[in-house]
Amino acid sequence: MNSKRIRNSVIAGIGVISVLSLSACGAAKTSSSGGKDDKVVLAEPSWVGAQANAAVVKKLMEDELDVKVEAKQMDEPVAFDALNSGKADAILEDWHGVPKKEKKYVEEKKTVVSGGDLGVVGHIGWFVPKYYADKHPDVTDLKKLNKYAKDFRTSESGDKGHFIGAAPSYSQHDKGLIKNHKLDFKHIPSGAEAAQLKEIQRLYKAKKPFLTYWWEPQWMNNQIDMVEVKLPKHTPGCETPESEAKCGYETNQLEKFMNKDFADSDTDAAKFIKNFKWTTKDQNQVAGDIAGKKMKPEDAAEKWIKANKSTWEKWLPKK
Amino acid sequence: MSTPTIPDKGEQRTQDAAALDKTPSGAGPDDGPGPLQRLAANPRALLVLVSLLVVVVSAAVTGSGAWPRGWTLDIETPLNDLDNWLVDNRETSPIFLYFLLHISNFAETSVDAITGLLESMGWLGVTLVGTLIAWAAGGADLSRRALRTGGTALGVFIVCGVLEMWEATMETLALMTAAVFASALLGALLGLAAGLSDRCERLLRPVFDTMQVMPAFAYLLPLLLMFGIGVPSALIATVIYAAPPMARLTSLGLRSADPAALEASTSLGSTPWQRLRTARVPLARRQMMLGLNQAIMMCLSMVVLASLIGSEGLGDEIYQALGSLDIGTALTAGTAVVLIAVLLDRTTSAAGERLDAVATAGTTRLMRRVRAGVWGLVLVLFGVFAAKGSVFSESEWPEAWTVDITRQLDSAVGWFTDHLGSGVPVLGGTVTWAQGFTEYMLNPLRSGLLATPWWALALLVAVVGWIVGTWRAAATGLVCLALVGVMGLWEVSMDTLSQVIGGLLLTVVVGFAFGVLAARVERVDRLLRPVLDTMQTMPQFVYLIPVIALVGLSRSAGIIAAVIYAAPAVIRITAQGLRYVDAAAMEASLSLGATGKQQLLQVQLPLARKSLLVGVNQGVVLVLSMVVIAGLIGGGALGYDVVQGLSKGNLSQGLPAGIAIVCLGIMLDRLTQPASARRRDQ
Repeated sequence: MNSKRIRNSVIAGIGVISVLSLSACGAAKTSSSGGKDDKVVLAEPSWVGAQANAAVVKKLMEDELDVKVEAKQMDEPVAFDALNSGKADAILEDWHGVPKKEKKYVEEKKTVVSGGDLGVVGHIGWFVPKYYADKHPDVTDLKKLNKYAKDFRTSESGDKGHFIGAAPSYSQHDKGLIKNHKLDFKHIPSGAEAAQLKEIQRLYKAKKPFLTYWWEPQWMNNQIDMVEVKLPKHTPGCETPESEAKCGYETNQLEKFMNKDFADSDTDAAKFIKNFKWTTKDQNQVAGDIAGKKMKPEDAAEKWIKANKSTWEKWLPKK
Repeated sequence: MSTPTIPDKGEQRTQDAAALDKTPSGAGPDDGPGPLQRLAANPRALLVLVSLLVVVVSAAVTGSGAWPRGWTLDIETPLNDLDNWLVDNRETSPIFLYFLLHISNFAETSVDAITGLLESMGWLGVTLVGTLIAWAAGGADLSRRALRTGGTALGVFIVCGVLEMWEATMETLALMTAAVFASALLGALLGLAAGLSDRCERLLRPVFDTMQVMPAFAYLLPLLLMFGIGVPSALIATVIYAAPPMARLTSLGLRSADPAALEASTSLGSTPWQRLRTARVPLARRQMMLGLNQAIMMCLSMVVLASLIGSEGLGDEIYQALGSLDIGTALTAGTAVVLIAVLLDRTTSAAGERLDAVATAGTTRLMRRVRAGVWGLVLVLFGVFAAKGSVFSESEWPEAWTVDITRQLDSAVGWFTDHLGSGVPVLGGTVTWAQGFTEYMLNPLRSGLLATPWWALALLVAVVGWIVGTWRAAATGLVCLALVGVMGLWEVSMDTLSQVIGGLLLTVVVGFAFGVLAARVERVDRLLRPVLDTMQTMPQFVYLIPVIALVGLSRSAGIIAAVIYAAPAVIRITAQGLRYVDAAAMEASLSLGATGKQQLLQVQLPLARKSLLVGVNQGVVLVLSMVVIAGLIGGGALGYDVVQGLSKGNLSQGLPAGIAIVCLGIMLDRLTQPASARRRDQ
């Protein structure tokens, strides 16, 4: 009996409190960018190239334009949500990995706008290490790949060859390719970019044969030599649906995206980000310093800035 | 840092004593009935054997056992619709305007406020006030406990500063403070409801189970859709994960209150409300403190995940360092996380011990005044530093006083993994072992499970569930299994299940071996303790990369990560169970002339069976909680689906996979939780 009374009073209490707290407040603010206008927030995906972009932009904007910049780490899908809500102002390197969100925010809701090309060209493909390709030159021919499948067997792939797949957030249709070209390989995904890099580092060191999804720009390319397996040429839309995909990857002009309000604000910061454009070589240099030589991003950026004044002077908005 | 389920000591004793009556005297040669006779006498074992036989035979006959395709439901379309609706209506729907957005704005402001406060206090202020709080929590006197707690706090702050992690540590500390506060509050409220009403308890139990077993990766995405990126989602995800232990232990505390004390309180004419306030809650205080302690540990284990959705702090440092394979930095940041855990753990457990001591021994008036004075001083200092902190010190730790050890750490880890990976003479190294494990254990297990028809597996689950637990456990297991099939995830789930079983076996072997060692050799126990603490609190992301260096990108890598995370709990529970075996029984076996081995095998282990089972059960839950992490380093299957769902922003991929993991978790939990253990906490 008594416990019932306690229960009832507790429930009643919770009910009253929740009703009160609900009725006490009106409509909430929907955008959260208010109050932080002086600071530019960059969405920085987790790979090193993106870190290099952000480090250089941050350093230049803080030193030359006197704008405070904060680089927040987030991957593409999250970054698009952030650009939409105004929690981030710009993403400097988008690989078009989330077409659904891009369509929704850029075309339908128009809250996110393109900031132009980054200048860096992204290239995705299938690669084998050079030491293996040297011994078996025709491994780069997709049709002859099955002949070598047994060299690529591991305990994970059983009696098929092991194909090291991409990290989950990356654009990929390798499963379809393997199926449609009737390759004797098993697609084994990497759960994260870091995991794939480490695995390749390990296999390369042990001089083992491997076949992997690989891309450029990528800082590790300074340390290892890879040879590409030729995939059929990419034509627009050929990779969808994946179950019928037979073609390779498109050469990707990496793009910048900005929050609409920020892009329209016409501030120096917005102009600078629109102007920011460099080459794959530039980016690899900074990324290589960060990841290969273990420099701090700000130090690597400073080193590049000192040596390439003519490049970045063009990015500064004209006074 | 103790594990969630700790069998009550007193109760354990009585059960052990009861068990002793049934066991034949441990020493001496075994002259019991032969195995066949024993089997015939035990119809339940026979039943298990028969169903196992059905499984094997049917697997061999049919060869493939997939869930019938016609029995699956299309869940993708409604989930995609929900996804679209959430995105479209975030700014207009009243649910958001009048409810959800308030929560997220409030979360954001409170964390910002704490961060700002810590920043304006400066490093000197934070260190001083933090140390003082720890000392006051330990008793504010010159006793060993108070000094040790204060000293720990001081050391933690200094090390975090010296390692150049000050700013990140402060950001993490701010988020943690808010998260711990919110989860303690929510947990206490839910625990109160569950503790006072049986119906609430029955309703809430599966909810708590789901909250704990559901991988955070799976609900990060819906949270992102509802609350936006950054602090609010991170905070809410953390609270979801950390509130259940607080709630469970609060409820347990309320339920296990001494009936005599309650009776006395009733006979004194107190109203139910008074009784709750003056008797039941105070009596449950110890458990509630333990719950708070557990909640803190759970909060800290979410640090890195929080950084995946745009919150800052130590997790961000770790995640970013991984991208450039910079183990040194990741390890340094991980160390800071462990240190914060140590700080919060020691402070809360010291406060708990002191409350206990005060409750039993009372306290002098002088001491009470001193303590009030110290707390007053803390408040005053707080105010002074918050207002004028910048006068005394910079907001960040001075750079001159830092040491960069990341490079040394990096090369040390590199050396270690290189030599262990394939450089061990004769034995071959970890890469070869992992391959063997995959070929002889994981692959047969997976193909076996895939070949078994679903109905045979269901039969096995039902029989085991019924025998180990009750018919209810069997039914729950069946429902979970069916749900997996209906969602169309049967094959992936079987892949995951094979990995979980493999991981569980390893965990149990390692856990029991070290547990027995720790229980019997005092020195091992003392050496193991800090190692286990580190293993449990070090963010898993830190050791993922070295693990790949050791065994390659494979399912074994995921399993090793799971064993690292799950073994400590099993070791602890095993050691504790063995140590609490009735001393009289041990003495008796010794006097009968049993050798050390006989004593262990025939007295200690059988008597500690209950806690060994609890250990297995904890192992299951913890290994399962690592499925997603394993998915990051080559585990594939459900874990990978969840990760990809989150990173591609695909609700219809991540959520069902997450639910399937919960189903497997609840099923395995019910199959390993003996009926009596369940009765105990009701």
